[in-house]
Amino acid sequence: MSRTWSRTWSRTWSRTPTPEKPARRIRIGCGAGFADDRVDPAVELAKHGRLDYLVFECLAERTVALAQLDRLRDPDTGYNEWLEERMEAVLEPCARQGTRIITNMGAANPTAAARVVAEVARRLGLDGLRIATVTGDDVLHLVKGTHLPLLDGPGRAASTVSDLHKTVVSANAYLGATPIIEALAQGADVVVTGRVADPSLFLAPLMHEFGWPPTDWPLLARGTAVGHLLECAGQLTGGYYADPGTKDVPDLARLGFPLAEVAEDGSFTVTKVPGSGGRLTPATVTEQLLYEVHDPAAYLTPDVTADFSHAHLTHLAEDRVAVTGITGRERPITLKASVGYRDGFLAHGEISYAGPGAVARAREAARIVQQRLTRAEFPVTEARYDLIGVDAVHRGTGIAPATAVEPAEVRRRVAARTETLLQARRLGREVASLWLNGPYGGAGVTRETRENIAITSVLLPRELVMPATGVQLSTAGATP
Amino acid sequence: MKLHELAHARSGDKGSTADISVIAYRPAHYPHLRALLTPDRIRAHFPDLPPGPIHRYEIPSLHALKFVLHDALDGGVTRSLRLDAHGKSLAACLLEMDVPAPPTTDAKD
Repeated sequence: MSRTWSRTWSRTWSRTPTPEKPARRIRIGCGAGFADDRVDPAVELAKHGRLDYLVFECLAERTVALAQLDRLRDPDTGYNEWLEERMEAVLEPCARQGTRIITNMGAANPTAAARVVAEVARRLGLDGLRIATVTGDDVLHLVKGTHLPLLDGPGRAASTVSDLHKTVVSANAYLGATPIIEALAQGADVVVTGRVADPSLFLAPLMHEFGWPPTDWPLLARGTAVGHLLECAGQLTGGYYADPGTKDVPDLARLGFPLAEVAEDGSFTVTKVPGSGGRLTPATVTEQLLYEVHDPAAYLTPDVTADFSHAHLTHLAEDRVAVTGITGRERPITLKASVGYRDGFLAHGEISYAGPGAVARAREAARIVQQRLTRAEFPVTEARYDLIGVDAVHRGTGIAPATAVEPAEVRRRVAARTETLLQARRLGREVASLWLNGPYGGAGVTRETRENIAITSVLLPRELVMPATGVQLSTAGATP
Repeated sequence: MKLHELAHARSGDKGSTADISVIAYRPAHYPHLRALLTPDRIRAHFPDLPPGPIHRYEIPSLHALKFVLHDALDGGVTRSLRLDAHGKSLAACLLEMDVPAPPTTDAKD
């Protein structure tokens, strides 16, 4: 199915090239690392990456739950808000070059998302584009009201799903590569999914192209490493890495997104489009390979238990790193599912102070709010008082507060959890009232209240989830 | 000297669990960091951590250490009231740690 592979082969990257059978390499790029990621780097990859596959990973843990609420309000929504813009930007160059697109931008509604892709294809005159949907990740019916234990407790008396009562709004299992492979085997040009494990979005096309057996654990682990390295897009090419003067990264404003060149034996090189901003080195690759991996010898996905603990990196050239030494073992017997539930309301209020005594005034402001809330017997479930510029995101003993220089300005932040929206709004009012009723020079009040949807996880027997998986094909321009 | 001079680091999150990778700039400094950065030393650096366990994993081929800090994120990104609910700044805060200079080495890396 790869229509560009012959151009991608180069003896530079192939250890033992045989003239009769050149080493075939699949080129996969990552066009997004999260829901709101930039679009330009995806276009750059689509036009200049000579890609076989372009993958957009846009689904954080909570995104599906929020999308599910959107869908409950309007059955035609529940997919990524930038889907249409992204497809308008990349569909034409991808179709022209035979680059196939895989994305989890379907979120809570892959079927509606596929209709959007078809509509964009029709507008662009790309008739006959085959668009597949992968569904079956919605497992609310399997989870709701059960005694399945919660992996990440919500900090109150809830240890099983049934303890969350009627607050549960969504449950989505992390599907593996299999349903995407089915879609590709049916000739899909664009595959739109809901919840699929991030690395599986990248592993699936490799299994499809190379015919990797679903039980060849070392190969699946290598494909999973490809996916894990690419899935956060710019985090491999210098984003979330740059530290001016220490770890310099050129042209971050035009940060390019990464691509991998993968051989049939699972060995691979990561790189980026020449001329794009950013930098890809063994240091950036090490940071991303270990990112959010707990035990590096047991990175669990629906497809495999991958072992990155003996990974070896070779700096081949500027912005080119080869990855070897990845192994793997049998996949877990369970699938993880994210459970979204209504978790009360959150309120944030902020106010700034500058000049002499700014810190003291900000501390006084916190005491005032605290006392007023106590006197009002305000049912705040939980509250935090942070001083932005002093101790809001900083943790640890690295800088002793006594020796810290008095900042020119600070920002008082109050955050609280309440049971109702009205209570949350009252908390915002207490912070706003510091304008007229607090220390002098209070500046720039902002406040925000919202209902919170929290996420916890459960493990499901794999066989309960798989039968629900389905693939449908639609054709752009087929509607009369 | 500061740990920042010997290593770079990246933090991540899964649920309420934070993780921090610490990577030696020079592979020759890896044994020094390995001897220095015990889970107890990490806990001493972050005294506000809840009593959940801190696990350390070693990846010598990447001259890197991985610390997994259970329950460090007050419920994590979908629940925490913290401004940095992800714990993104934890790695940078760890790099502020005062550390002894590594033993001199002839390694050419």
